[in-house]
Amino acid sequence: MRAILTVIGKDQVGIIAGVSTQLAELKINILDVSQTIMSGYFTMMMMLDLSKAEANFDEIKQALAKKGEALQVQIKIQREEIFQSMHSL
Amino acid sequence: METKQILETIRMIEEEKLDIRTITMGISLLDCIDADGEKVRRKIYDKITRLAENLVRTGEEIESEYGIPIINKRISVTPISLIAGATDEKDYIAFAKTLDAAAKKVGVHFIGGFSALVQKGCHKGDKILIDSIPRALAETERVCASVNVGSTRSGINMNAVRDMGVIIKKTAELTADTQGLGCAKLVVFANAVEDNPFMAGAFHGVGEADVVINVGVSGPGVVKRALEKVKGEPFDVVAETVKKTAFKITRMGQLVGMEASKRLGVPFGIVDLSLAPTPAVGDSVAHILEEMGLASVGTHGTTAALALLNDAVKKGGVMACGHVGGLSGAFIPVSEDAGMIDAVNRGSLNLEKLEAMTAICSVGLDMIAIPGDVPAETISAMIADEAAIGVINNKTTAVRIIPAPGTKVGDTIEFGGLLGHAPVMGVHSFSSADFIARGGRIPAPIHSFKN
Repeated sequence: MRAILTVIGKDQVGIIAGVSTQLAELKINILDVSQTIMSGYFTMMMMLDLSKAEANFDEIKQALAKKGEALQVQIKIQREEIFQSMHSL
Repeated sequence: METKQILETIRMIEEEKLDIRTITMGISLLDCIDADGEKVRRKIYDKITRLAENLVRTGEEIESEYGIPIINKRISVTPISLIAGATDEKDYIAFAKTLDAAAKKVGVHFIGGFSALVQKGCHKGDKILIDSIPRALAETERVCASVNVGSTRSGINMNAVRDMGVIIKKTAELTADTQGLGCAKLVVFANAVEDNPFMAGAFHGVGEADVVINVGVSGPGVVKRALEKVKGEPFDVVAETVKKTAFKITRMGQLVGMEASKRLGVPFGIVDLSLAPTPAVGDSVAHILEEMGLASVGTHGTTAALALLNDAVKKGGVMACGHVGGLSGAFIPVSEDAGMIDAVNRGSLNLEKLEAMTAICSVGLDMIAIPGDVPAETISAMIADEAAIGVINNKTTAVRIIPAPGTKVGDTIEFGGLLGHAPVMGVHSFSSADFIARGGRIPAPIHSFKN
């Protein structure tokens, strides 16, 4: 299963490090990353491969949300198909 | 994948309240028919709880994985008048209670199908079912009832129209403690559709498969936001913008429907291309019309604005999904739409204008509160008017009206949740009693003879 991770929040030291460490612990592979600062907000998107992850989707979601709280950013994970299907046939 | 598109999808869900309004599982009860009422009810309960056992859990899983809210999980069943008619029971309250118990067991919000199709005439079961409606709705929590009183092919059954005025009044009286909430679960249709996923009018038609998944989408907030970006532009641009937005909204319905169908092992029926408002801020169809340039919904131009909206939603949605069905059009319920409530309170929207609006969109006079002392004949006459609009224009129309006991024009009744609150609206004081007393049938229109 592939998923899109989005991280939005106030920029500070260690967001990418924190998020990618957490993903590594969950055995989630990062396929692609795009990051920018939009009107002062740190905005990052990652394409993830969850095929080797051991935890189920809800557990992954919770672990990431908890990480988000610690880093003071909002982390969301959604299956890739929602984005694909909304914008293309 | 484009960053912009990802952010757009997230914004649509988080800020503009894009959601899947309902996943509705249609279940045929035709194989539950038996002469013994107890046996039928046991079969109904077993079949519903077996087929829908995982419906709610599956909906929640999809919601979590895709990050799109699925507001309601519901069930529709074969019209109960067809099932219960085989028994010799004198009322069908016990059937309603069985449906209620099954709905509670599987955890769905509503179960629709306490219904009768009497557009041309009533059989024994229809008559008993209609008479059972007030108590059935008062004594159950999640059961929804509907009665189809007319169709383009067969005209309008004015005996049923007459009876439904009385039934609506009785339902309101029996649920007076909740200001007539029972009536919010009762729809009177013309040209009812067999695959509607929306409540309270959903039932599983006899032409449907044994079990099917239908999906209803929502997203007035998304359309409103898209139109904010084309302020002052000509209507060609407005129509194009609505179409593109409707496409995206409908794609979500298609995705969720396909996924639910796969996980439940149940065929995917249709996506209902509807714009369904909720009382929440930013989720109003009325505000879309106002965004087109109307100071308050209900003023001159409202019908044209709604016609454009309704048509563009369909055009955008049709390409986005495999099978379109259900009611498919913009909904204009009063109590469930913050913009409509404001317009009534402001004095810009009245029943006459609402009636005109129902001629060009789905579905009808929906979630409208009127004073409790309005006579049954007047309610029947309102039903007749709506049925006439549906029958002549070859479209579905409906009446879901609440004669709230003890209220007068200007009061507000509170339903809570998705049903919202409704300002009590004025109706004509001139009598329609002699008109309704005639009974009989209004013949099918000439253009129904197409063969």
